[in-house]
Amino acid sequence: MRWAAANETARGAKDVTKMDGGVAQGPAHTPEIDSAVSIKTQKAAMPLYASRIKVHPKNVSGIYRNIKWAMLAACLAVYYIAPWLRWDRGSFAPNQAILIDLPGRRAYFFFLEIWPQEVYFLTGILVLAAFGLFLATALFGRIWCGYACPQTVWTDLFMLVERWIEGDRNARIRLDAAPASLGKFAKRTAKHASWIVLSLATGGACILFFGDAPTLLAELFTGRASASEYFFVGLFATTTYVLAGFAREQVCTYMCPWPRFQSAMLDDRSYVVTYEDWRGEPRGRLAKRPDGSDPFVGRGDCVDCNACVATCPTGIDIRDGQQLECIGCGLCIDACNAVMDKVGRPRSLIRFDTLDNQRARAEGGKPVHRLIRARTVLYAVLLVIVGSIMLVGVVLRSTVELTVQRDRNPLFVRLVDGSVRNAYTVHVLNKTHAQRDYTLTLEDLPGARLSMVGGDGAADRLVLSAKPDQVASYRVFVTLPDGASTKHESTHIEFKLRAADGRDQAERETVFIAPPQ
Amino acid sequence: MPTKIEKDAVTGTDTTGHEWDGIKELNTPLPKWWLYTFYATILWALGYFVLYPAWPGLSGHTAGVLGWTMRGEISESLAQAAAAQAPFVNRIGAASLEDIAKSTDLRNFAIAGGRSVFAVNCAPCHGAGAAGSKGFPNLVDDNWIWGGTLDDIHTTIQNGIRNSNPDSRIAQMPRFGADKILDAKQIDDVAEYVLSLSRRSRNAAAVERGAVVFSENCEACHLQGGVGNPEMGAPSLAANIWLYGGDKATLVETITNSRAGAMPAWSERLDAARIKMLTVYVHALGGGK
Ligand code: SF4
Ligand code: SF4
Repeated sequence: MRWAAANETARGAKDVTKMDGGVAQGPAHTPEIDSAVSIKTQKAAMPLYASRIKVHPKNVSGIYRNIKWAMLAACLAVYYIAPWLRWDRGSFAPNQAILIDLPGRRAYFFFLEIWPQEVYFLTGILVLAAFGLFLATALFGRIWCGYACPQTVWTDLFMLVERWIEGDRNARIRLDAAPASLGKFAKRTAKHASWIVLSLATGGACILFFGDAPTLLAELFTGRASASEYFFVGLFATTTYVLAGFAREQVCTYMCPWPRFQSAMLDDRSYVVTYEDWRGEPRGRLAKRPDGSDPFVGRGDCVDCNACVATCPTGIDIRDGQQLECIGCGLCIDACNAVMDKVGRPRSLIRFDTLDNQRARAEGGKPVHRLIRARTVLYAVLLVIVGSIMLVGVVLRSTVELTVQRDRNPLFVRLVDGSVRNAYTVHVLNKTHAQRDYTLTLEDLPGARLSMVGGDGAADRLVLSAKPDQVASYRVFVTLPDGASTKHESTHIEFKLRAADGRDQAERETVFIAPPQ
Repeated sequence: MPTKIEKDAVTGTDTTGHEWDGIKELNTPLPKWWLYTFYATILWALGYFVLYPAWPGLSGHTAGVLGWTMRGEISESLAQAAAAQAPFVNRIGAASLEDIAKSTDLRNFAIAGGRSVFAVNCAPCHGAGAAGSKGFPNLVDDNWIWGGTLDDIHTTIQNGIRNSNPDSRIAQMPRFGADKILDAKQIDDVAEYVLSLSRRSRNAAAVERGAVVFSENCEACHLQGGVGNPEMGAPSLAANIWLYGGDKATLVETITNSRAGAMPAWSERLDAARIKMLTVYVHALGGGK
């Protein structure tokens, strides 16, 4: 409940609800809106549409900024290196480790090769990812949002470029306000040109997962790639340019569904970015006391320097309490720690902590750290269960599959010698990378003979061969001699397919239909 | 009705001056993006008028500068499809039927192509599954009136049966009853004999009499024991597979008035490669010899 209430705190509205509960409210530093009436009036005057207030995040250094740089480098490295990894699959399949081969209808992931009918592996991977995300969120809040989400990574990257070219926060604000000039134009051009190059590199790398990377790259640069390849490069480049260059935090706040329901994973013992309200308030500018006494006696530690707000990539004030917009990046922690060091107060006025601990600290109690809780255990167990199912699925994945389609028109045929014949279209899926022979036999229909188009006559078993990594189709006839009649009009039968080397096999049930006797 | 145009306090927009029961209509301007998109579509339409067929006239329409037509488009894609098939179609045209049936590649192509030719041309009579119906032979079984080898099937498709083509397959069974070759009693007896060929007669005396009639009148074509003669288009009478029906009344009717189903000579309508594909397809339905 607390989360939901906190999330409703509208940005721009200055109603400072904050975390309710045990955390001490600061004094009325915004007295004009303290009465319910004034808040209401404020809300009524608020337009339905508020245009974006441009955020100019200030650079910061510190532990969380370093982690964020490291994650940025790691994510980009994965993105750009992954399509170049090779994996030997023999001469009948591509040797790209991670490849989604749409025309060939295969997805390759290192040792795993997924056929279209096996998309449940993909579902499994997505379910795993979801539970992993739930677990991480229940433990540490929005670390995904703050450190690993592509939107965060690319926005960070674009901001870095922006800072190199246009300078830090203040320089950028000045540049925005400055009248048009050659210098401004040059900087803007340089920035957008770099952004566009980055966007194209992003879009270009994206399609490398869908084709042979070296070939595709050469084709892209020599103009020989297909129109659809250029289209997708353009599409992803455009979205990168718009989302990382312009939309930025608005994606997190307005477009992304994840912030809307992440509160369901969080509880008061999850680690989130919090402001130590009880210690920071009442805040105030630092001023030397005339008597030379400790300037912090009788007031809070927050010197109201605004460093935390200035550095926040989503432009919010963490001192207002938990907010939907906060992506949990921890940059405000770094900013505040630097300030605390300077003014000689203890660090961690803003810190990763749990709401429970904040309450405890406020009351002078001891913080407790409990990572093992009902919900984290639940997510972990689900993670293990789904992971095990996946593992079993992968290990037991058969390299051969059999599908059988019965001819329905006609249902059966009576032959000259009085025997009855049914026809089936049999598909043999050879998932190995070698040509293989399989033996097809029939169960549950004594006396029946098998034959096929292109084969040589009836027998009790057929040899079907399939090319490497291909589906082979055969038209197979099952003939029941006159006299060997079936009990019912429709008899359940089972085709059995066994690899010639005897290791893999597949079965498929179907029916045999004979006219009523 | 417009009364007074005033400024709305909340939005800062003028009203239109329309008022219904105290509800005033705001004169909100169209969003810019919408307006410009609208103008752009107008420009687009103008360009379209010039480039593409657009305006109807009394005897046709404006052709457009590009000369684009839908008909042209489809013939282009048809030509493309034909060009893509050409290598296979040419190989089919050059290969013998046996070679096509033996090569997996060619056979698969021929069966796929034959299936579509069949669906368009043959299915109306023989049925989508080629199982036939009364008067139209089942092509899935192994009972063939004019023979079930690749060559037999090819000739049948090529020249057809009882049509005006000079090479048409012709066979005419006498109208034994209508032309008074046999009397009613003899027809009844011979029908009983035919029933006995598929072990369905209970009247031994009639069968015995019918056997004599059969050997004198029918055996020349249907051969001894009624096994049929594909050379002459004489169906087997022993297989218990019937084109018009095998019950006694139908047999009597067939013997009395004869039957004369016809089939077109497809060489007049389909090219050689397509007929070959069709042949391989029909042969592979299951009954080919
Ligand atoms: S950075 Fe720290 S001291 Fe400065 S305003 Fe933010 S919370 Fe207060
Ligand atoms: S409030 Fe702090 S943790 Fe939240 S988004 Fe802003 S800088 Fe990051």
